[in-house]
Parts: sequence; structure tokens; C-alpha cells
Amino acid sequence: MSVSVPLLDLRKVSKRFTTSPDLIERMAAKFGFAAPAQTVHAVDQVSFSIAAGEVIGLVGESGCGKSTLGRVIAGLHKATEGEVLFEGQPLNYAPGVRPTIQMIFQDPFASLNPRKRVGDAIVEAPLAHGLIAASQAKEQAAQLLEQVGLDASYVRRFPHQFSGGQRARIGIARALAVEPTLLVCDEAVAALDVSIQAQVLNLFMDLRERLSLTYLFISHDLGVVRHIADRVVVMYLGRVVEIGQTTELHAHPNHPYTQALLAEVPRLDCRNIDYTPIKGEIPSPLSPPTGCHFHPRCPHAKPVCAEQAPPLRELSSGHWSACHLNS
Amino acid sequence: MSLMSLLEITSLRTEFSTRQGLLPAVDDVSLRVQPGEILGLVGESGSGKSVTGFSILGLIDAPGKITQGSILFEGTELVGASDERLRQLRGDRLAMIFQDPMMTLNPVLRVDTQMIETIQAHRSMSAEEARARCREVLVQVGIASPDERLKQYPHQFSGGMRQRVAIAIALLLKPALIIADEPTTALDVTVQGQILFEMQRLTRETGTALIWITHDLAVVAGLAQRVAVMYAGRIVESGTVEQVLNTPLHPYTRGLLDSVPANSERGQRLHQIPGMTPSLVNRPQGCAFRNRCSYAQADCAMDPPVQHFEHEHMVRCVRPLTGVKR
Amino acid sequence: MTTSPLSTQLVDETPWRQFVRDFMQSRIAVCGLALLLMVLLLALFAPWIAPQNPYDLSKLDLMDSKLAPGSKSMMGSIFLLGTDGMGRDMLSAILYGLRVSLLVGVVSGVIALAIGASLGVSAAFFGGRYEQILMRIVDIQLGFPAILVALILIAVLGSGVEKVIIALITVQWAYYARTARSAALVERNKEYMEAARGLGLPTWRVLLKHLIPNTLPPLIVVGTVQVAHAIALEATLSFLGLGLPITEPSLGLLISNGYEFMLSGKYWISVYPGVALLLTIVAINLVGDQLRDVLNPRLAR
Repeated sequence: MSVSVPLLDLRKVSKRFTTSPDLIERMAAKFGFAAPAQTVHAVDQVSFSIAAGEVIGLVGESGCGKSTLGRVIAGLHKATEGEVLFEGQPLNYAPGVRPTIQMIFQDPFASLNPRKRVGDAIVEAPLAHGLIAASQAKEQAAQLLEQVGLDASYVRRFPHQFSGGQRARIGIARALAVEPTLLVCDEAVAALDVSIQAQVLNLFMDLRERLSLTYLFISHDLGVVRHIADRVVVMYLGRVVEIGQTTELHAHPNHPYTQALLAEVPRLDCRNIDYTPIKGEIPSPLSPPTGCHFHPRCPHAKPVCAEQAPPLRELSSGHWSACHLNS
Repeated sequence: MSLMSLLEITSLRTEFSTRQGLLPAVDDVSLRVQPGEILGLVGESGSGKSVTGFSILGLIDAPGKITQGSILFEGTELVGASDERLRQLRGDRLAMIFQDPMMTLNPVLRVDTQMIETIQAHRSMSAEEARARCREVLVQVGIASPDERLKQYPHQFSGGMRQRVAIAIALLLKPALIIADEPTTALDVTVQGQILFEMQRLTRETGTALIWITHDLAVVAGLAQRVAVMYAGRIVESGTVEQVLNTPLHPYTRGLLDSVPANSERGQRLHQIPGMTPSLVNRPQGCAFRNRCSYAQADCAMDPPVQHFEHEHMVRCVRPLTGVKR
Repeated sequence: MTTSPLSTQLVDETPWRQFVRDFMQSRIAVCGLALLLMVLLLALFAPWIAPQNPYDLSKLDLMDSKLAPGSKSMMGSIFLLGTDGMGRDMLSAILYGLRVSLLVGVVSGVIALAIGASLGVSAAFFGGRYEQILMRIVDIQLGFPAILVALILIAVLGSGVEKVIIALITVQWAYYARTARSAALVERNKEYMEAARGLGLPTWRVLLKHLIPNTLPPLIVVGTVQVAHAIALEATLSFLGLGLPITEPSLGLLISNGYEFMLSGKYWISVYPGVALLLTIVAINLVGDQLRDVLNPRLAR
């Protein structure tokens, strides 16, 4: 990898959602019935970078903030703190500006406007941004559909006339129409059947080669991430706990959460083994545990784990982990 | 099989009325479950696996209807049984767990109210005895501080906990058979791991038989003893888990196993089954898989025969993939 | 990932054709629609169908007044539904009355929908103070009985068709605004809206091409019912003697005029306009009911 500026650089990005009290609650507070404003630390001081052409797998379970982080990167949420730098410059997400990052959504049906024909939906953005002329629109739509493996004659159809896998492809075509550099795939294959998932994953891999795309692949499915990603970022309750090359992470997971996650994944080759499940449940993001968020469930927790949040430390080249056990 | 099976389904056919007439969502399905056995029913969307589960419990409403076949449960014929008879069996001898626990739980009732209600519908027990049983079952499914939890409402539980409560309700009256329809699909991997662990332990302890309906082969690999694979309303292959996953005979099963990312080399193209599952209205004649099968020939246009191999390994194919080891 | 066996059908149909098919499933609604169309046609072609122009004073003959249905006029033509106190043919009066009632109802409904929907959708989209203030105004407006507001406005503005329409618009816009806002709130959080934003589309495009078309279905349902309300409200106003002038009587005014003759047994002067009003409103409501049933499950499918 060259020493040039990374494609995407996240610097201490945080995203908090606060429910601020409305008029009635403010009045009640004056009388002493204060309901404290609740803050969800969806993303907490996340820093990592993505090089051009890489596929980064972002894994974690519900409440870990991976979807929120994906949306911050794609410009759908504004970061509360920190910077998101694209090729060294802060990103401009204003409406009317052609985006360089596009998002592929989880629910293929909900992400398509049910009243728009798919051809129109695909070319709407490039037309609005002046990327193509109106006369080229029809051809462009047909071309993009073919690029994602669908028949060009489908341009006139509506979303409800397609199957889940086809809708996923249409979503991809729509994202590709604005010629993005980075694609954020938010659980893009989670809602698909296994055989269709394979088709769509192959499509992602083909497009990556053909169009030199970079991916941030958000998924809870470790098997998929292992197959497609170069590097993996593991998140737990808003924080990054481990980063590493995919093979390295799977072979030598360092953080106890990563170890537990990998142990829990049901595998086809293990027959009727006894499970050793990890105890407890993911805490609510409204009141995360102090210090290291994982300490209540960690089999190796020490007293310091409840007091201090462990920093992300580099163990070997490219392998980072946030755990007090490493110091 | 000298022992009488706990559940014996023979040539079940459940049809739905569409604009093109009556079409079978479940077509000629035959299954057997022994007492205490765990059977995995695997299939993708449109395979008919959920409809099969609902058919067993008699939960098929218009526009659907069981039109053919028999479902023998502990010797009683369920197809055509009276509503009263079915009501007696449900919850008591035969229970179901759904993908969404809120299909089981009433959001406006406390958990103890719902559970005691279930018990008292089938047994004459005092409220204290019923409550004791509820406590017992909640502990069994791994819910800490059960007395507190009993007084709470469903919305005060997380997704994983709700599903555990739904499982607890299923276990209340010590049923002989539980049908679980994708109960862990919507849950996180760690929670899924916990629940699978509990289910395995519980079925061993209580001797309850389990039909686990899922699209995830890996879950079935770890949990079940036998597995049946469904495609377009029919069972295309069934056998022990080792047989079906190590030596799949049907091209669809083979394709499905090959599509799983874990079975391909990192970074290589995944094996994919071309095309998509046919919908109810455009199933091809003969073998429903033939338009996507790389081994299809002219004779696949006729209904494929059911062939039996050793140790009850069944396949519905005119040219099973014998001699192909994964 | 359980889907119903019927939902995987790939039907090559536009949403419109699917909608028409779903609508036709209820026989009652189709009857209602037929009735409504008949009413509309009668109203539209009233000047050509009506045997007599009831407002042409020169044609009226007091000698013809208060004749029972089926009686003959001085000139030999038959009054199918009788005549009123001034000698007007009831049938003609009803046909012309339908025109006015429908005109007032539909025009006020459409304008109120346009105003209410724009305000409601923009409130949901922009949120913040703007939304709060607007919704409080809507709440206050809806807190007043419609008839009270209409009476006050007519008292202030005076009588006349335009004034009545203005009063009806003022009464109705709040319903549309509230419905539009709820629908828009639901749609705003859907992923296709996020996708539209993510594509960098300008705000006006997102509002006009994505949000509004998807909030229309519930508005159409409210619209049909509101038109029926508007017609009924206008009839009430006219019955009370406010609103429309005698020269352009609506059905309500006709009912009012005939009221004094009820006790003397000349029921037809009041009752027949009443029946016409009833049929119109019932037809609109039947169509509206079926629209509601058809459009709602589709959204959930």
C-alpha cells in the first residue's frame, strides 16, 4: 500500500442521539419532576481508515453502532464529533451535491420508491446531477440493469413485481448510477436466501474488479465477511474493539468479544457439538457499562476493566485490539 | 420402524386459492418424527416449510386449505379434526414457537397472566401451582430472577428474552412435540447461540421432540439429528444430518451447501445456483428444480421418483448424485 | 424470512390495474361507484335533462304550485316529482340542486386537500418549530365544531357561493393537514427516503417526487369522506337559511324551503331533495370505504 492519503479516514467519530425534553417535560422539570435527557452513544470515538480498493468488513451485533456508523459515512447522519475525511478533505453532503459514497440498504423492498418505475429510479440521480443528458437516460438505465445481471426490458416495471434478490440488484444499480468511489453495504445480503446471497456476493466481487470500487461491508454474518473482506473491524456497543486482516483475525482473535463471536457462529462442519455460549446479554446503549463495555460478560475481566476504557493498541502490523489483557 | 412414530405425515398437500386456481404450497410431503428426535426442516423462501409447520398445527386459514394427506400425531388424525380437538392438543401436546415472539405474546398482558392462562386452559391447577410451574419453566430457559420477570410486560424484555419466554410458554405443559418456525433468524449470533444451547439441553432433558424450521443449514448441522430439505413445496431430500450434509444426493442440496461462503475459498467466486425459486404460480412441470439444475435432462419433465438409500436416506430425483462426496 | 406463498407472485401489472382489480372485489362498492357516477352525470347534464329551468321566473306559474307528484301542469307536461310552493318542478330543482351541492362540495374539498396536504407534508418533512406551531393550529381548529366555524365565517363574509366555499375550505383543511402529516411521518422514515437523500437529490425533488406521491393514498380516502361531509355541512347551512342565495339553491335549501309544507301533507317538496342528498352521500361513503380497505392493506403488503 502506498503512503498516499487513505480513501476514507475516520477520526474519533462519535454519534450521539439525544432525546431533548419537550415543552411539557421542561415545565415538569421546573416543578421538580425532571426526566433526564437520554443520550444514546451509538458511535463512540471510532477511528480507522479505508484504503482505495479495499473491502472492510464491519461486524458486530445489535446496538454496536455499525449501521449508524455506516450512515454517518454515507452522509445520512451528521457526526456529533470527529471528522470523516474523504481523500483528505472533509465530506460535503449537502443536497444537490453529487455524492461519492453510496449506501446499499438491507431491505431491498423498502429502499425502493414503490411508485417509481425502476428505470426512472435508477437514472433519477445522475440526471439531477447532470451526469447524463435526458436523451441518454433510457440507454443508461438499460445498461446499468445489465451490469447488475438483470434483463434490460425490466426498466418499465415497478418494485413490487420483482423478487428480493432482483430488488437488491436494482438497489445496487441505482447506487452505481452516480459513479461512487465507496459503497457502504448495510447488511445488503442479510435479507436474502442463501442461494441468492451467493449470487449477489458474486456480483459485488465482480463489480469491485470491474469498477475498482471500495467497500465498507457491514454485516452480522461472519461467514460472509470472512469470504469477501480484506480487513475486519469489530464493534461492540459503539466502540471498535478489534481491527485486523481477515485471516489473521479468524486465526488469532485477540479481544474476548471477537473470540466469543467467532465461537458462536454455527458451522457446517461441526456436528452436534455442545455449545459454550457467552453469558449475559448486550446491555442497553442507553446505559452502557463503565470502563470497557464488555467487562460484565468477559470471562477474563479484571478490576481495571470496570474503571478504564481500554485504548486501541497495535499488537502486530495492522492488528489492533482494545483490551487491558494486552498491557 | 416398529415403534409408532410420534408424528407421521403422509402425502400432505396444502393448497392456496389464487387467480390461477388452487395451487399447492405444500405438495406430497411425508415426514416422520420419533419421540425425542430433533428434525431440521430446511428450505428457502417459497419452499413451503412454514406452511408445513402451520398445517400440522391446523393454523391454515382461507385462502389456504389442506386438501390431501394425513397427519397422525400420537395416533390421532389431525387433518379434518374438529376445532375443539385441535384446541385441546395445541399448547398441551403440541406447541409452536414463531419467528416473531410477539406472535405468541400479548403486549397488554403481564407475562404471568399469559402463562397461567395457558396452563389453566388445559389443566385444572390452582393459580399457585400454575405459578410455580411458570417459575420452573422460566428458570429452565435461562431467565434470571423469574419472579420479577413474571410480573413484567413483554415490552420490558429484549428480543432474545422474549423469544425465551415464548419457548417457556411452549414448554409449560410438557408437550411431546414443539414446532419452531425460524425462532432465531431475527436474533443476534450470540443470543442465537444461547437459545440453541438451551433448546438442545431442554430436548435432551425432557424428551420433547422438535421440528426446527430454518433456512440456515449451519444451525441444523449443530442441532438436529435428521434433516429434510424442501424446495418448491416438496421434500427433495431427507436423512440424517451426516448423510445429507456430507453426501448430498439432490442437486439442490448440493448447490445449497456449495453456496455457503464457508464452503468456498476466500476471495473466490461463490458457487451459485442460477435463477430463482419459482413462485407458486409458475412452478415447472415435473421436477420443480430442473430449470436451475446443471444435471437436468429430458426425463426431468416428469415427476421425479422418490428413491431410498441406506439408513433411510431419501431423495426425490431421477438421477441422484451418488458417488459424489463433498 | 417467511413470506406468504402468494407474495412471491411476479405479476406483470401496473399499480393502477391492480388497484382497479382490488376495488372491484366489493360488489357494494361497485354499486356505490355506479350510483355516484349516475349522480355526477345527472348533475353535469342537468341543464339538458331537466324538463324546466326552475330559476327562470318567467316560466313559473303559481297555478302549478304544490302539485303532487305525477300531476299535470297547466301546459300538459307531467311533474314527475311534483312542484314546490312557487310552482317549480321538483325534478328540475333537484337536478340543479345536485349541481350546486356537488360543485360546492368537490371544489372546497379539492382546494382544502391541496392546502392541507402541502402544509401537513411540509410540517412532517421540516419538523421543528414550524411543525409544532402548525400542528397546534390544526388541533385548535379541529377542536371547534365544524358548523360553528362555518356559521361564524358566513356571518362575517356574507352569503354567496364563493363565501360558502371559503368557509368550507377553512373548516376542512385541518383534517387533510393532520392526515397528510401522519402519512408523511411514516413515509419519511422509510429507507427509500433515506436512499433519495443519500443520492444527493435536491430537497424539492425528494419532497415532490418521493414523499408526496406516497402519502396520497390515505389522503384520497379522507378526501372522499370529506367531500361527503362538505356536502352535508353545506346542506345544513342552507337549511338554516345561511350561505347560498335562493337563486342558486342547493339540496339543503330545497329541503329547507319545503319544510313548512311537511305538516300539511305536501311531503314531496322536502323529502325528495332529502332522498337525493342521502343517495349522494351514501354513494360517496361506499366508495370511500372500499378505497380505504383497498389502499391500506396494499401499503402493508
